Amino acid sequence: MRALVMFLAFLPGAASAQALAPYVIEHGEIRASLTGKAGDPARGRAIVGERQKGLCLLCHSGPFPEERFQGDLAPTLNGVGARMSEGEIRLRMVDGGKVNPQTIMPAYYRVDGLTRVAPALRGKPVLNAQEIEDVVAYLLTLKDGGAPGRMK
Amino acid sequence: MARRRSRRPGSMWRSTLLACLALGAASAVAQDARKSGFAYMGPDTQAMQKDDLANPGMLSALDGEALWNAPAGASGKSCASCHGDATASMKGVAARYPAYEATHNAPVDLAGRINLCREGNQQAPALPRESREAIGLATYIGQQSRGLSIAPPDDPRLTPFHEQGKALYTQRMGQLNFSCAQCHDENAGGHLGAAPIPQAHPTGYPLYRLEWQATGSLQRRFRNCMAGVRAEPYSYGSPEFIALELYLMDRAKGMAVETPAVRP
Repeated sequence: MRALVMFLAFLPGAASAQALAPYVIEHGEIRASLTGKAGDPARGRAIVGERQKGLCLLCHSGPFPEERFQGDLAPTLNGVGARMSEGEIRLRMVDGGKVNPQTIMPAYYRVDGLTRVAPALRGKPVLNAQEIEDVVAYLLTLKDGGAPGRMK
Repeated sequence: MARRRSRRPGSMWRSTLLACLALGAASAVAQDARKSGFAYMGPDTQAMQKDDLANPGMLSALDGEALWNAPAGASGKSCASCHGDATASMKGVAARYPAYEATHNAPVDLAGRINLCREGNQQAPALPRESREAIGLATYIGQQSRGLSIAPPDDPRLTPFHEQGKALYTQRMGQLNFSCAQCHDENAGGHLGAAPIPQAHPTGYPLYRLEWQATGSLQRRFRNCMAGVRAEPYSYGSPEFIALELYLMDRAKGMAVETPAVRP
C-alpha cells in the first residue's frame, strides 16, 4: 500500500531561503509540475550537461557527444523517457531516496534531513523548481535507448 | 590442550574448525581485493611515483630532511638531537599513526605528534597544518616507512575512536548527501566523470597530487572530498579527521606504505 504523502517543506527561520514548492507523492510518482507549468527541454539539456550545476554526467552517461568524460556509476540517461513516466522521473529528481533509501542519487529538491551542508548552501535545494521541471522535460525527450538519444 | 579439545563432541569441534577456516578464507579474499590508489593510475603517473628523480614528493622529503637536522626553538635542539638518524629511528613510525596520546586522552596523527615534540621538547612554535614545513617533516618521516606494512597500534584505548571514524566514513553528508563508503566501498573502480574511484586506502600520504601541484596530507584530501559533496569540511587536526584517519589506517592494515606517493 502506498500512502499518499504530502510534503510541505518550509524552512525554519532562514530568511534567505525560499520555501520549497509543495508536492504530492502518489503511486511512486510526483505527477504535478512543481511550477504548475511544463519545463523547457533545451534549458534542461544545458543543466544536465553542465558539470557544476546539474552534475548528472559525473554519474550518468547520456546523449552528449560533446562531453567526453561521462560517469558509469548510474544507469544511462539514454531512453529514460521511455523507461519511466514523467511523474517517476520527477520523483527521482526531487528525492530519489523516496524510491530507494540506499540510492546514491542526490535529492535535487530537498533541504531537510541533511548533515553538515556547506553553510552557503544550507536551506537551498540543488536545483530550484523551474530547473527541476526543465530537466524533467528534457529527460522525457530521451525515448531512444541507443546513444546518442534522439531529441524531439 | 589437545587432549581437552579431543574430548569435545567431535561434530561441534569440526564445525567450529570449518567456520574458522571459512572466515579465514573470506578475510584472505577481502585482503586480496584491496588495492592502493596506485593501481588506478595511468602508467605515466605510476612511473612518476616510482622514479625518485621524477617524483615531486621527494622535494618535500628533502625539505623535511633539512628541518630534521635544523635546531629549532628555545631548546636549540633539532629533531636529530634526540632522535638521531631518521633513516633508523623513524623506520616504521608513520606506519603506526595515528597513535594514542595519553596526555590528550585521544589519538594524535603524525602531524600532531611532530607538533607535540616541537612545542614540548624543542620549545618551538607548532608548525601550521599543511605548511611547507609541516608537510616536509611528515613526508620525510613517512618516507622512512616506505615499503613497510601499515601497522596500526593494537591499543584498546583506540577502539572508541576507530568506531567514531567508521561512523564518519558511513555518514551521509553535504547537500549531495554522500558518505565516504558509498563511493569508496560500494562504487570503487567506477568512474566519477573521468576519474576512477579508488578504495580510499591512505597508503601514500603525504603525497604529491597533480591537481594540487603540491604535496599534501590525507586531511587535505578529506577536505576536498567533503567540498565535493558540498559539505562543510572539518578542520585540520580536528578529532573527526583524526578518527577517520585512524579508521582508514586500520582498514589498510598490512598494505605497503608508499610515501611520498603521486596521485592525479
